[in-house]
Amino acid sequence: MAALALAAQSAIGKINVVATTADFAAIAREIGGDKVQVTALAKPTEDPHFIDAKPGFIAMLNRADVLIEGGAALEHGWLQPLLQGARNPKISGTAPGHVHGNDGINMLGVPTSVDRSRGDIHAEGNPHYLIDPMNAKIVAANIAEAFSKAEPKSYEIYRANLKAFQEKIDARMLEWQKQMAPHKGASLVAYHDSWPYFAERFGLKIEMFLEPKPGIPPTPSHVASLVQKMREQKVRVILVDAYVNRRQADSVASKTGAVTVPVSHFPGGVKGTEGGYIQLVDYLVNSISQALAGAK
Amino acid sequence: MKPNLVLAFCLGASAIHAQQTNEVGALKRQLQEATEKFDRALQEHRKIIDDLNRRLEQVQAAQTNGRDRSLVTPGATNMVETDQSRLTSAGKGLRVGTQGAYMDIGLVGTFAAGTSTASDVEGGTQLGGHDPNQRGFTVQGVEATFSGAVDPYFRGMANVLFSIDAGGESFLELEEAYLETISLPGNLQVRGGQFLTEFGRHNPTHPHAWAFVDTPLVNARFLGPDGLRNPGARLSWLMPVPFYSEFSLAAQNSHGETAASFRSTGHVHDEETEDEVPFAFRHADNDRGLKHIDDLLFAPRYAVSFDVSDTQTLLLGASAAFGPNSRGGDDGGDTDTQIYGLDFTWKWKPARHHAGFPFVMWQTEAMWRKYDVGEFNWAEEEDGQIIDAGTGAPALLPGETLNDYGFYTQLLYGFKPRWIAGLRFDYVKGNQGDYERLDLTLNGEPLGRDLGRAERWRLSPNLTWFPTEFSKLRLQYNYDDRKSIGEDHSVWLQFEFILGAHAAHKF
Repeated sequence: MAALALAAQSAIGKINVVATTADFAAIAREIGGDKVQVTALAKPTEDPHFIDAKPGFIAMLNRADVLIEGGAALEHGWLQPLLQGARNPKISGTAPGHVHGNDGINMLGVPTSVDRSRGDIHAEGNPHYLIDPMNAKIVAANIAEAFSKAEPKSYEIYRANLKAFQEKIDARMLEWQKQMAPHKGASLVAYHDSWPYFAERFGLKIEMFLEPKPGIPPTPSHVASLVQKMREQKVRVILVDAYVNRRQADSVASKTGAVTVPVSHFPGGVKGTEGGYIQLVDYLVNSISQALAGAK
Repeated sequence: MKPNLVLAFCLGASAIHAQQTNEVGALKRQLQEATEKFDRALQEHRKIIDDLNRRLEQVQAAQTNGRDRSLVTPGATNMVETDQSRLTSAGKGLRVGTQGAYMDIGLVGTFAAGTSTASDVEGGTQLGGHDPNQRGFTVQGVEATFSGAVDPYFRGMANVLFSIDAGGESFLELEEAYLETISLPGNLQVRGGQFLTEFGRHNPTHPHAWAFVDTPLVNARFLGPDGLRNPGARLSWLMPVPFYSEFSLAAQNSHGETAASFRSTGHVHDEETEDEVPFAFRHADNDRGLKHIDDLLFAPRYAVSFDVSDTQTLLLGASAAFGPNSRGGDDGGDTDTQIYGLDFTWKWKPARHHAGFPFVMWQTEAMWRKYDVGEFNWAEEEDGQIIDAGTGAPALLPGETLNDYGFYTQLLYGFKPRWIAGLRFDYVKGNQGDYERLDLTLNGEPLGRDLGRAERWRLSPNLTWFPTEFSKLRLQYNYDDRKSIGEDHSVWLQFEFILGAHAAHKF
């Protein structure tokens, strides 16, 4: 209780921000600085599609000034009942305090027709867009806009922080592109189709998955055909999200001589990425480029 | 970004002005500054062009998608509130309607197949109205759900359930249909319409979201085969504290077949068969309407939740339901029922989970019912079949208070993605009433204990497999022990599909 009271006290005068996942929380901290108090609902190691709608989240959302959600059905399985319980007009669906991270994002993987026989397809496109740093700039702008509306006094600060963040991304982008340049066109395997934005940004091909269809766990026949394809195409790198059971990826890796690279979309999801969004992309670019270099 | 453009032009202009001064040093300095500024402006320009190109691509992409998307410009206030894509982004299910008028539609079909050593499955071993009701196949329910925001003030939902009983007769039930406020001040929320009473954990849950094939015994006995639900209104208050703490109070009609312990007969689909012994051995009398406010059913509930650790959550609740019942006796006198319940839910889910697995969830509900009955004289009934064997005359049943209690406790273990193993223990018991001590007979047969209140227990292990979130296969075994009837074994295989919108599950 004492800790709660302290936390409440330190939050006085700050915008109370709730982000559904740790990546949005990290960017919110970049933009808000010490003007905001940011909480992420999902832990960085959790599967963001399957978060428990814990009653405690209702209390958090009830007190929030700004809610940042990824949208595109990322939180479809759990956010709606929490919002209904939270009864907070500041963050209701169309309120300015409800940031839909995907506003203005050019969504990839928007299906021309939706049919669940093809697995759990998102009608609004692939929701894992934030891993493209250029999209992070757009999300940061969406967040800065919401913060400015929530507390117009600090408008200049948010604007300056936004500019600084976008410039940092631009500067790092040159480095990242340089690091990834030798691997243009390289093919990788992932567990789930959550990397198309990263692949497009850095010229990679991440089109083979351990899942036979989105949301369907690997089957022996699918794994067998994947192993064969990997051998034929000499694919030697498998991306494994932090929340996935590594056993299957390791077994495929041992059959194909590939290496597995622990990855995450969320700062703190893998060791050494706790420092925030830019550190996370640093980690991904480093570890993936190293794995690709070693695989040659 | 627009001010930057202006800035860039001004800088260029100031550089030209600088050339008109004669001091070389100042000129050089200014030139250097201007060059720096120009470089910076150039960079900003490039960024603006990049952003504009990006936006152009987006607009073109959006147009090819036939969407009217709002685009975000930093610092600008051009957020389009009626963005249709935002409306569709709320659900991945079926959504019908044009801009501004829409609703989510979903359909859940739940079926069972199996067998039992009991011959009285419907209403005997299986008390729930949506339980498997016969050997062979059962349509447990086909639920259609309609939901959406009504306007900026209300959200609406309706749940209509279609089922077929053991006799092959079809039933259409309005499970729920209510309006709920979206943003009342003071952390309040009001619901009005037909709804499941928020009593404990199981009662407000729709059949497709149950962790077992059937309703717990204590729920079916005290809150009715179809659950306690009726037209009414509910006010809830989320307390302004740093943890979840909510109080609610519902007022609902106390009559109708879905108010079992109140002014209802308490039978599945309200049918009392010829040879069926009524609850407390007396007929229900519920044709009385609403005379005063006491004739309503009142149901308060308080729930509180804490995270006991990073991976463990606890939810505790206390519920009650108060109202008049239908066994006031021949003189139609008022008798009341009081039901009290406590519930406990504990869930463990590790920080690293895939598709929500693994997890362990333990849920327990205990209830106590105090049911007043009035004096009942079978001599005054046209069909005076219940006879007092001592006197040979139609029975005269005393007025008294009947106390019943029961609980269920269930453990679920999601041991690998898409697989859940469950174990539930049910127990119900009623204190022997004075009417049960009389030497009564029906059609010459001694009555003994009231089977609607006699002690029984049940143990139910089960295994559930979810091929995806939208389908389910469940195998369950029930070991039943009914005092004065005996032991029974049942095996049920449940299968279910979901089409269209599927609302996210609550905790």
